[in-house]
Amino acid sequence: MATTVRPGEIERTTTAPDGQYTPNKVLATGDYDVIGTRPIRHDGVDKVTGRAVYGADVKLAGMLYGRVLRSPYAHARILRIDASLARALEGVKAIVTAADMPAAPDQVVDLGEGGGNVKDLQDNLLAHTKVLYRGHAIAAVAATSAHVAEEAIKLIAVDYEVLPAVTDVREAMQNGAPLLHEDLLTESLGEKADKPSNIALHSRYELGDLAAGWQQAEVIAEGEFTTAMVHQGYIEPTNATAMWSADDTITIWCSTQGAFSVRDQVADILQHPVSKIRVIPQEIGGGFGGKINVYLEPVAALLSQKTGRPVKMAMTRAEVFQATGPAPGSWARVKLGATRDGRLVAAEAELAMECGAYSGSDSEAAARCMFGCYDIPHGRIDAYEVVVNRPKTAAYRAPGAPQAAFATEQVVDELCLKLGMDPLDFRLLNSAKEGTRTFDGRVYPRVGSIEVLQAAREHEHYRAPLPESSDGRVARSEAAPPLATGVSSLLATRPLRGRGVAHGFWFNVGLESTVTISVNADGTVNLAEGSTDIGGTRASIAMQAAEVLGLGAHDVRPAVVDTNAVGYTDVTGGSRTTFATGYAAVLAAQDVIKQMKARAALLWEVEPQTVQFDKGTFTSTSNPDLCLSFKELAGQLADTGGLITGTGSIDPPAPGGAFATDIVDVEVDPETGKVKILRFTVIQDAGKAIHPSYVEGQMQGGSVQGIGWALNEEYFLNDRGQMMNASLLDYRMPTALDVPMIDTVIVEVPNPGHPFGVRGVGEVPIVAPPAAIANALYRATGKRLTHLPMNPAAILAAMGTI
Amino acid sequence: MLTKAATKAAVSTRVNGEPVDFLCEPRQSLLECLRDALNLTGTKEGCNDGNCGACSVLLDGVLVKSCMLLAVQADGASIRTVEGLADGDELTAVQQAFSDHHALQCGICTPGFIVAAKALLDLEPNPTEERIRFWLAGNLCRCTGYDKIVRAVMDAAQQVRATSAPTNGSAQVSASSAQVSATSTRL
Repeated sequence: MATTVRPGEIERTTTAPDGQYTPNKVLATGDYDVIGTRPIRHDGVDKVTGRAVYGADVKLAGMLYGRVLRSPYAHARILRIDASLARALEGVKAIVTAADMPAAPDQVVDLGEGGGNVKDLQDNLLAHTKVLYRGHAIAAVAATSAHVAEEAIKLIAVDYEVLPAVTDVREAMQNGAPLLHEDLLTESLGEKADKPSNIALHSRYELGDLAAGWQQAEVIAEGEFTTAMVHQGYIEPTNATAMWSADDTITIWCSTQGAFSVRDQVADILQHPVSKIRVIPQEIGGGFGGKINVYLEPVAALLSQKTGRPVKMAMTRAEVFQATGPAPGSWARVKLGATRDGRLVAAEAELAMECGAYSGSDSEAAARCMFGCYDIPHGRIDAYEVVVNRPKTAAYRAPGAPQAAFATEQVVDELCLKLGMDPLDFRLLNSAKEGTRTFDGRVYPRVGSIEVLQAAREHEHYRAPLPESSDGRVARSEAAPPLATGVSSLLATRPLRGRGVAHGFWFNVGLESTVTISVNADGTVNLAEGSTDIGGTRASIAMQAAEVLGLGAHDVRPAVVDTNAVGYTDVTGGSRTTFATGYAAVLAAQDVIKQMKARAALLWEVEPQTVQFDKGTFTSTSNPDLCLSFKELAGQLADTGGLITGTGSIDPPAPGGAFATDIVDVEVDPETGKVKILRFTVIQDAGKAIHPSYVEGQMQGGSVQGIGWALNEEYFLNDRGQMMNASLLDYRMPTALDVPMIDTVIVEVPNPGHPFGVRGVGEVPIVAPPAAIANALYRATGKRLTHLPMNPAAILAAMGTI
Repeated sequence: MLTKAATKAAVSTRVNGEPVDFLCEPRQSLLECLRDALNLTGTKEGCNDGNCGACSVLLDGVLVKSCMLLAVQADGASIRTVEGLADGDELTAVQQAFSDHHALQCGICTPGFIVAAKALLDLEPNPTEERIRFWLAGNLCRCTGYDKIVRAVMDAAQQVRATSAPTNGSAQVSASSAQVSATSTRL
């Protein structure tokens, strides 16, 4: 059996002021044999020895290398492309432009987490008549080496008519703003506008009677907030290798969150039958929503079609920033009303989100999450999606929710200060719960918001005094914020240190998954799944099968297989993989047991209904002497009709929402504006943590991405719409030195929509951190930071230092 | 403006203990040659400009980012990549600790972190948490939030200390330090 590391065995070294404190608690419910343990992942050895094969590691005989020519302008008309010099360069084998694309239908397709119009998807890969952002692809070259291909793209001459660009969401909404698409008519509340604009969509969500809500409100807080465009920041650059064979079969090797999604997008974009496209997913080096859309696969396929050779393409880091799908910047105005005893009665919000260059953004998801933590009787949200001269946005971990929470959770904080209520008591009083109706009309099933808030309120971190200032600096008393009465842990005893809390919601998704399980004669099983494994899901899926089969975690050998080898499976996204593909694994395992019971009945010559299975052993109620272990029966399958394969396929309808609360302590350097995260605790409902270490990993990783979004990260554009920080040096994601240990508490409120109670855990941890840090900064400085990132310049400006 | 095919240079190295000669264009990085010429794809490219650490290798015992060196600069040097750390199927302490502590999610940064952590423990068998965080600040991980990575390195350090005699430990430290200054001068 696998090594098990229990949380208590690792001692906290610096971040807990109390030496006795044990980090990473699991408040477990339910008792299982395999589920809830911490086996080493099945792909662990390959990944610590460098043997795991990622997309960029693929090498095929005769392979060519592709590079892309990209627009230097944020907005321009393409007048002429002359590739004659490039074509003449030795080693250049093919050049493609939008002219090589088939005509695409004007049709919207769903990509699992996001989607788009086929025409737009195609135009984003190779621009037809206009470039709409700096980095927009214009042409691609295949050559005998990447260096030759790079030289060749520099030899392609393009004549542009440069157009005025608009990169700010509010400016783009103004009358007279430069238009990206002359044919874009706003779809407003189901009706199309008669004049084109940059506003792609206006939708409204209403609940109760807003006017009545404002009449009941005795205390009101409001604010206006903006967030900058950010990138998922996966460490592995986007890549794809394609081979278009003489029989018109296209084979693609790539790093993707969804092999079937790649297959379907390539089919739509190249107007090619899905049955003639096979996608072989390689290991994937991070995605976070950013590796769902295709950027290179169809282009590599076109280059392969022209050359008859496999073509490999990989982006540079600068291309990843400039030409993949970042998360939208946003603008939001939020107003909340409560009674004097602290009950939320009215909520109103306006929200505008960047689409980037083509229609489609996260406003619906943002609106669903904006007030999703609370039970509010009356409210309205108006949401807008706006095209701007930036790369087309894509999903990023709980897409839309962090931007919404940054606004809502700060207004909640203001309301708590006005009411003089403890921020967690207020959230508990107003918490969403089973039966709460949301702004999009859904009704919550059993959810864990209250349990998470309770665990946060009882946590040692929330009760502990703020740690002493490390350098003994004397605080400026005038910076002290308004104080919440009776909330000692939130008082700014030293004004440049502060503690903040925030609560986050993400709805999670279900979608389709298929698993097949084949029984081996030695009593082990092979499990084939279509969900690419980004964070340990081979383990969390295999463990659910093992639990049903009565086997050890390592008796199940999981494999991520290609689109020809397993049934349809949606993307690894939406926090769905352990939930939905795990559910399919449970069904496949149950199918195996059902078939094995029939074989036992055959061997024992008893009625099939008399055969029972429990914890790895088959018995019969007709005779207590009849008993076979899973392994023993597996050994007799070959002689009783052959080895067994079970399948499970499901689109589970009830993913169950996820909630997470953050408690964060910050220190601000008043001279430089630099913020240090002193301590960070994240409390989250996992439903049931299948492999607690990987649940903690999601919570810790999501929190640190949230910290980066809060304090550093942004697309910094010059006045011509060109990104000035398109490198990992200048974009500045958090390093190990920028963060403390991230302490976790896993709360388990079983999801009734899953056999083991699983809820998705991957996305919600990124939702609350920016707001929690903003609330802590308010306690530390007395200033409300209303724009992300809250970098040193923003903090010094807010404090009046610069 | 057609460029002439570049002339290739011969590079003679030891890679993971074995003598390895290869040809490369002068413009090719060590990273590119390790991956493409020698098929050692465990060393990863994340940025190709020295900012993510995924391509970390040991060059004469010194931690370097292989994307920041031209392959021709490795002529005469001894290179160790992630593929050369384990002894057969026996993982090194750092590899075992990353595995035991679940200190990876997608795994793309893992080879770089393991090589960097090994370089640290070769120099300093008893680093503090702060020292580990400082040393690893040249390696980016976007999945884990670093918590489990730092814990894994602390645990690996303990394993290394437990299995090596104190006198050997200090001798290794001074030998490695000498290599640092010698190689720094050369590069």
